Amino acid sequence: MNLRNYLNKIKPNFQEGGKLHAFESIFDGFETFLYVPNRTSTSGVNIHDAIDSKRIMSMVVIALLPAMLFGMYNVGYQNYLAAGTLATASLFEVFLFGFLAVLPKILVSYIVGLGIEFAWAQWKHEEIQEGYLVSGIIIPLIIPVTTPLWMLALACAFAVIFCKEIFGGTGMNIFNVAVGARMFLFFSYSSKMTGDAVWVAQESILGLGNNLPDGFTMATPLSQIGQGILPNTSIYNMVTGLIPGSIGETSVIAIGIGAFILLWTGIASWKTMSSVFFGGVVMALIFKTLGMTPIAWYEHLILGGFCFGAVFMATDPVTSARTETGKYIYGFMIGAMAIIVRVMNPGYPEGMMLAIFFGNMFAPLIDYCVVNQNVSRRVNRLKK
Amino acid sequence: MVNVVKLRKGLNINLKGKAIQKKVTIELPSEIGLVPAAFEGVVPKVVVNEGDSVKVGDALFVNKAFPEIKFASPVSGKVTKVVRGDRRKVLCVKVQVANEQQYVDFGIKDLSKLNGEDVKRDLLDAGLFGYINQLPYAISTNPKVHPEAIFVSALRDMPLASDFEVELEGNEEAFQVGLSALSKIAKVHLGIGPNQSNRSLTEAADVEVTIYDGPCPAGNVGVQINHTRPITKGEVIWTIDPTTVIFIGRLFLTGKVDLRKVVAVAGSEVNNPCYVNTIVGAPFSALLKGQIKETAHVRIINGNPLVGHKSCMTDYIGGHTSEVTVIPEGDDVNEMLGWISPRLSNFSVSHSYFTWLLGKKKEYCLDARIKGGERHMIMSGEYDKVLPMDIYAEYLIKAIIAGNIDRQEQLGIYEVSPEDFALAEFVDSSKMPLQKIVRDGLNTLRKENA
Repeated sequence: MNLRNYLNKIKPNFQEGGKLHAFESIFDGFETFLYVPNRTSTSGVNIHDAIDSKRIMSMVVIALLPAMLFGMYNVGYQNYLAAGTLATASLFEVFLFGFLAVLPKILVSYIVGLGIEFAWAQWKHEEIQEGYLVSGIIIPLIIPVTTPLWMLALACAFAVIFCKEIFGGTGMNIFNVAVGARMFLFFSYSSKMTGDAVWVAQESILGLGNNLPDGFTMATPLSQIGQGILPNTSIYNMVTGLIPGSIGETSVIAIGIGAFILLWTGIASWKTMSSVFFGGVVMALIFKTLGMTPIAWYEHLILGGFCFGAVFMATDPVTSARTETGKYIYGFMIGAMAIIVRVMNPGYPEGMMLAIFFGNMFAPLIDYCVVNQNVSRRVNRLKK
Repeated sequence: MVNVVKLRKGLNINLKGKAIQKKVTIELPSEIGLVPAAFEGVVPKVVVNEGDSVKVGDALFVNKAFPEIKFASPVSGKVTKVVRGDRRKVLCVKVQVANEQQYVDFGIKDLSKLNGEDVKRDLLDAGLFGYINQLPYAISTNPKVHPEAIFVSALRDMPLASDFEVELEGNEEAFQVGLSALSKIAKVHLGIGPNQSNRSLTEAADVEVTIYDGPCPAGNVGVQINHTRPITKGEVIWTIDPTTVIFIGRLFLTGKVDLRKVVAVAGSEVNNPCYVNTIVGAPFSALLKGQIKETAHVRIINGNPLVGHKSCMTDYIGGHTSEVTVIPEGDDVNEMLGWISPRLSNFSVSHSYFTWLLGKKKEYCLDARIKGGERHMIMSGEYDKVLPMDIYAEYLIKAIIAGNIDRQEQLGIYEVSPEDFALAEFVDSSKMPLQKIVRDGLNTLRKENA
């Protein structure tokens, strides 16, 4: 209660005419973070459900935690494995190294993204929107561990401003913010985003980890396939995620836990999620039958960013299709497109990012067609 | 053979303080107030002066757009005050109740000899016609347009809503006469719930009875119309609340206007939730005397918590008020870290809370907090889960916000009324004021089409 009294005491400073009025949105953001706002309704329903967008976004962040924690461990694991010192390192050491390698990226992502978000909210005299809480953790998880922090900062700034704020904020954007950031990095600094040299942390941090020799390379299984080599990774490693790749997207198990949380709380649509997988399976089977891909359909699903994209990014309610029928079409399109890009485009070993980008682009059209069926039913009734 | 329409979508909110089926009679208040705002879409023109004497059935005000639509005084006595607000808007016409009630005699009619026009004329004369609402626009109707059909929903299933069967007791004959009178004008559809067993409902004559079996808002007349006889542009359907049917029946039975009604007093902050025999225009103070647990931090609602509006002790029972509810205001509640704490006492349809674990029998004591900030529409499919209509709610709301009238028509705005969006507004995680958006959209549309 003392905290509440303190907030009440300092609140006038942030209101219209107060000397700290320039920080009103930030104060409001923190106040509503600490306490459920007790503003009561003035029109419409007198009672409200306890759910709000803060709760929803928090649940998504919680769902992302397993993938993030495992990603940290895997960053350490890959470094120690490459240096050949894995046997002598403790689990804690391995995790701590990964933690120290990933933490700056998460901090940079949040500081840059939320900084812009706060400033924008203040400028527009709006409340701070929670959408970036999720984007801010997804972005560090879908980039290679060696991405320089300044690139990440640039990408976050680009994505927040040009994928979200100029459209009017969370709920109005056409493209997924995290996909926007990944696309920016991919097309601006493609040598740092793909290839063999980027997937394993190369330098030791605070005495932990190992300095790897200059020119050390380690391909991901998908880029090996792209080069025409059959990957030598076991299915076990693909599922647990002990393979090189973007920080958070290697472990199917960790992503699976996240998927369970999202589906159970109803925040992600099972229709979207399952049809992404269905689309992927269908396309992978077609290519396998045609002999165009060397690996089995299930390997396509568990490699690369497929699972992560299907669970956390394709299901973004704002940028995905909003109608129930549309969700099936949208999901199927993304799953199929991801595999098509993988198999048929020699330039890109992974296709999930592009597939979601295309999916986002087509979602309004898909919805338009679905809604228009309802419209034409009404028009026909009028004619009778 | 009674038709049954099964509805799956919707949500029952189990609130604390439901009225028990016990009728309490309160004496006629010393002063009543007839509130024009209770009749949606009516711009009132007062036709009495302060100091005039009126009988029961004399007009107090008329609809400015259609002066033949009068609004009858529920009591006889002396007009004490015409209360006006900003820009001289009429807020209320107050009448001091005389000791002896005198009635205007409209004459007992033989229904079998009347046709639709006669019934309309009698309702207009007696000042009851304005109680009839219509779709599209969900407003008080006018006599110029002939309705395609008439819908009466005897099912009130909003949280804490009054049970019509309680009111029906002793009014069975008037209810049936009212239905028969209306059936002279157009085909009458009576919607009831699966648990309503009163034979005056299930075996009502001159009407088509349909059972709507499903969670709230199955009782919404808009939902019933959407499933039984969808409305198209250019058509008008009358929607009449069952209490008004009783008023109409009494007029033809006795030749008098009799606006006595039964109102539920309910809610978690009410000492003895019950039904009260009272009259249109009775002050809340008479109804709620000694009933409210504490006076600070409570909200008195004229109606039920979903569609009623915030009110106060000095308000009056409106023409369509079927319950008065009292819930905690909640402005003194400070819940910490709502985004992560379990909040077991809160109700939510989201599985990020534990309502689903606590069973359907648990009664909740919800307050009037919004419990979150307003955002743009983020989650998809939330509205559709609680709106059992062939309507794409999100797209309709977006079309209304965008002011795109063509699109609104295409998406079926003529079929909806604000109350249909009440549950959607309740579950909305973006906390958008949907009922207000729909009402504003309907008002704009009405002006455009006028």
